Amino acid sequence: MTIKYRTEFETSWATPENMLILETGDWRFQRPVVKIGKCCQCGWCFIFCPTDCIEEKETCFTANLDYCKGCGICAQVCPRNAIMMVREER
Amino acid sequence: MPELPSGPRVLEGNVAMAWGATLCRPDIIGAFPITPATSALEQLYSLSAQGILDADLIGVEGENSMLGSVMGASAAGARTFTATSSMGLAFAYDAYLAASGSRLPIVMALAMREQPMPMVLAAGTSDALQVKDGGWIQIYVESCQEILDSIIMAYRLAEDPEILLPINICYLGFYLSYLSQRVEVPPQKEVDDFLAPLQKFERMKLCLEKPMTFPSEVAPADEILMEYRYKHCAAMQRSKEKLDQIDKEFEKAFGRSYGGQIEEYRMEDAEIALVTMESTTGTAREAIDIVRDKGFKVGLVKVRMFRPFPRERLAEALKGKKAIGAFDRHVCFGWGCGHLFLELKTLMAEMKTYVPLLGFVAGTGGADITPDHFARAINLVDSAAHGKPYKEVTWLALE
Repeated sequence: MTIKYRTEFETSWATPENMLILETGDWRFQRPVVKIGKCCQCGWCFIFCPTDCIEEKETCFTANLDYCKGCGICAQVCPRNAIMMVREER
Repeated sequence: MPELPSGPRVLEGNVAMAWGATLCRPDIIGAFPITPATSALEQLYSLSAQGILDADLIGVEGENSMLGSVMGASAAGARTFTATSSMGLAFAYDAYLAASGSRLPIVMALAMREQPMPMVLAAGTSDALQVKDGGWIQIYVESCQEILDSIIMAYRLAEDPEILLPINICYLGFYLSYLSQRVEVPPQKEVDDFLAPLQKFERMKLCLEKPMTFPSEVAPADEILMEYRYKHCAAMQRSKEKLDQIDKEFEKAFGRSYGGQIEEYRMEDAEIALVTMESTTGTAREAIDIVRDKGFKVGLVKVRMFRPFPRERLAEALKGKKAIGAFDRHVCFGWGCGHLFLELKTLMAEMKTYVPLLGFVAGTGGADITPDHFARAINLVDSAAHGKPYKEVTWLALE
């Protein structure tokens, strides 16, 4: 009997791309909503986001909702209070 | 940069451990004091202050974070060293399991001390043997010289790309940690040359150039975990022959050899055999020399590598012996005997012939194991070899 290996690694190493299959947006019960006029694009939310899901748009920063877990840290650190956490409704 | 003085020195076991680590040029050392390993850490700090040891010593708040911090450093590719003992090891238990599961080549010296309660500041092998199945390679050593040499060999073994496993160098606390012995300190240049082959190996590490996720999540009930365990076991098995090879290379470079997985003493014409571990072996050698003069044909096998268990070489060494006696400095509660005795009992099936196997529990809690104890044990093993009835386990000091 030969053993078939699924991974080349000896233990649980993975390339970061492998982690993108986990759509952590499913875990969210509240979402960040950015008031476009208020956002000064300082990038604090980008720096503090633990899931690294904030993306820069033309006029503001917004969260990629596929991965945003809704932790609310961006809303807390925003110096202009431009981010509001809104409850997810089904 | 100043270097350690080479040549013959009189060193304590703990100092030999610190010097051995220093010679291997570790990058990160996790340091938290616990008796009887404390003086080794003091020595490491002292060498660092003198500029001889170029390593970051991380002073932490406990053994758990001590092992945790060297795990992080090791995952980033650093060469790491740490040391602990007894309940310190128990406190680091979850990190101990995580380190082996992460396949990080950490070298940790264990100055073995009895596990409380009752509270004892005394030698015993119970702390190391309670974690024997934690996935680490465990090597039990006998003398101060062997501590120093084994640490150098341990890095060659741990960081080998075919192995990548953490290693314990276990030596008896108190008896050996505070014992001064003649130790031949190899020149730094020779140790560098011996470890040089490791430089050409690349292992997985956390770095910015090639970002990787580690440890990545394993989905529940995923067979991938089974695959990692299988690879872990395979690496353990490979490490046995690898240690023999490294021992031979070490002998070529430094002129000292410890036999690799096991070391035999007067086994060629022996009819009965004793099996020991750690520094109990020294007394056993003396005792065997004495009873040999009286006509008992006794030999000795020292088990150096306890995990993975050197089954092939032990079976070969013990083949054809008429009776075997195993010495244990600890107790396996569920069976009322020692672990070495149990492992040898398992080995009997491999050897195809069943011969009397006698277990001796002695020296727990730092009690002396004297040549008289060995003489009595040899008498019992000898009478069992001649077909007389025997008791499986004897608690030597109690009878």
